[in-house]
Amino acid sequence: MRTNLADYECLTPGSVREALEQRATGRKLIPIAGGTDVMVWMNDGHLGKVGKVYQSLHALAGEWRYVKTDTEGNLRIGALATYSDVRHHEDVKKNYPMLVHSAQVTGAIQIQNRGTLAGNIANGSPAADTVPALMVYDAKLRLVNASGERVVELSEFFTGYRANVLKEEELISEIILPKPRFAADQQYYRKVGTREAQAISKVVFAGANDGKGNVRMAWGSVAPITLRSKKTEDAVAAGAAADDAWAILQTEITPIDDIRSTRDYRLKVSQRILADFLGKVHQ
Amino acid sequence: MSDSSDDGARPKSGVSRRGFLKGVGLGSVAIPAAGLLGGSVVLAEEAPPKPSGPKVFTGEIPIKLRINGKDHDLKVEPRTTLLNALRDRLDLTGSKLVCDRGTCGACSVIMDGLLVTSCMVLAIDAQGKEITTIEGLASGDKLDPIQAAFIEFDALQCGFCTPGLIMATKSLLKTNPHPTREEMQDALSGNICRCGTYDHIFAAIEKVAGGARG
Repeated sequence: MRTNLADYECLTPGSVREALEQRATGRKLIPIAGGTDVMVWMNDGHLGKVGKVYQSLHALAGEWRYVKTDTEGNLRIGALATYSDVRHHEDVKKNYPMLVHSAQVTGAIQIQNRGTLAGNIANGSPAADTVPALMVYDAKLRLVNASGERVVELSEFFTGYRANVLKEEELISEIILPKPRFAADQQYYRKVGTREAQAISKVVFAGANDGKGNVRMAWGSVAPITLRSKKTEDAVAAGAAADDAWAILQTEITPIDDIRSTRDYRLKVSQRILADFLGKVHQ
Repeated sequence: MSDSSDDGARPKSGVSRRGFLKGVGLGSVAIPAAGLLGGSVVLAEEAPPKPSGPKVFTGEIPIKLRINGKDHDLKVEPRTTLLNALRDRLDLTGSKLVCDRGTCGACSVIMDGLLVTSCMVLAIDAQGKEITTIEGLASGDKLDPIQAAFIEFDALQCGFCTPGLIMATKSLLKTNPHPTREEMQDALSGNICRCGTYDHIFAAIEKVAGGARG
């Protein structure tokens, strides 16, 4: 049964300032950006406890819908930039191929035209397709409230299943990607799902090597959160063989059986993705 | 799907069972049309009166939608999706309700130049936007070239996914008039055809695009 939206409040601030002032009142407000998660909950009747209060960020697009490279060479993705905005942006295509790839395999065109990367992060699904790629690019998040802001590492944003460090009064205002530093052929993105499009991942991985001792490896759908396998990264940077790297990786990921796949299958696929990755990047 | 579907038999005119149920006990408060995702209102049922602040309303609200170049005034509950508004209030039943969760593409429409699944957009949020549905493609008896090509190439079997696929094709060719096969696959990947007519669909698109590129 579709949820009766009249059972819920939805605040519709007209500006960033108004949105943050509403959040500063201490009420718990659930932000809506593209709505591609919220609409599914609504149509399924899973919007949650009656009385929850939503906050639509729709009218903030004028301020927060952008993709641009700043004067220092960092890429800035506004919180209301959609997957389509990102995957078709020239700077992204040139410098962040895994971001293009991961945005392209998120849902399909119709979802990409509505959904936002910041919403994907805030929603906190461990199966999010763009998050591993963003982590490998050392993405940071700018979190703002009515009186200030702070910047946190995306790889330290998630604290547990659908839990994160965002405070009630804060919103993600933008995603910041440092200047690109990986050669194109040293970047590897792989999503394994039931089909090519419109599937949620069974395992999703992004990895890269800058050839100067910096290896990045991030995994989705194999733990309660999207995570960087930092011990495995260090081992690979030190030249570990595939078997040794796999032994270490198994101490970092904790896949489970669920509706989309099984623990065993996810382990097997992770092992093969790891081997494929190591075969394709220099060590 | 059955519970959330508004697809039950509904006469073109007159009172349907659903319409009757909706008409009972739902006082609608006249307020300025404003979107859940776009205006400045607060939704709440039986909410205690607030001393100040945004307006509160219940029941159906009046909205205005611009569809296929024509303005429509209608009343919807806040939870009504654009798809349900099209089908159940405006008798524009070309957009199909199948998954109701943005997965199958059968309800695809073009909104402000972008392909979207109308089940994933609230009707109140679609106000002020230019919406094109499958009904808006033909002019009189003259079919859109995409529609004609779908017929010529037998690009359908049961036809239920066809309106969505044609809208996705329309959206693709608008920005990319001569797509490669790979670009077609990407553009249509959000539209699922369970009859498996994809090859004929791609052939139809190639015809419209004046042959394949690459």
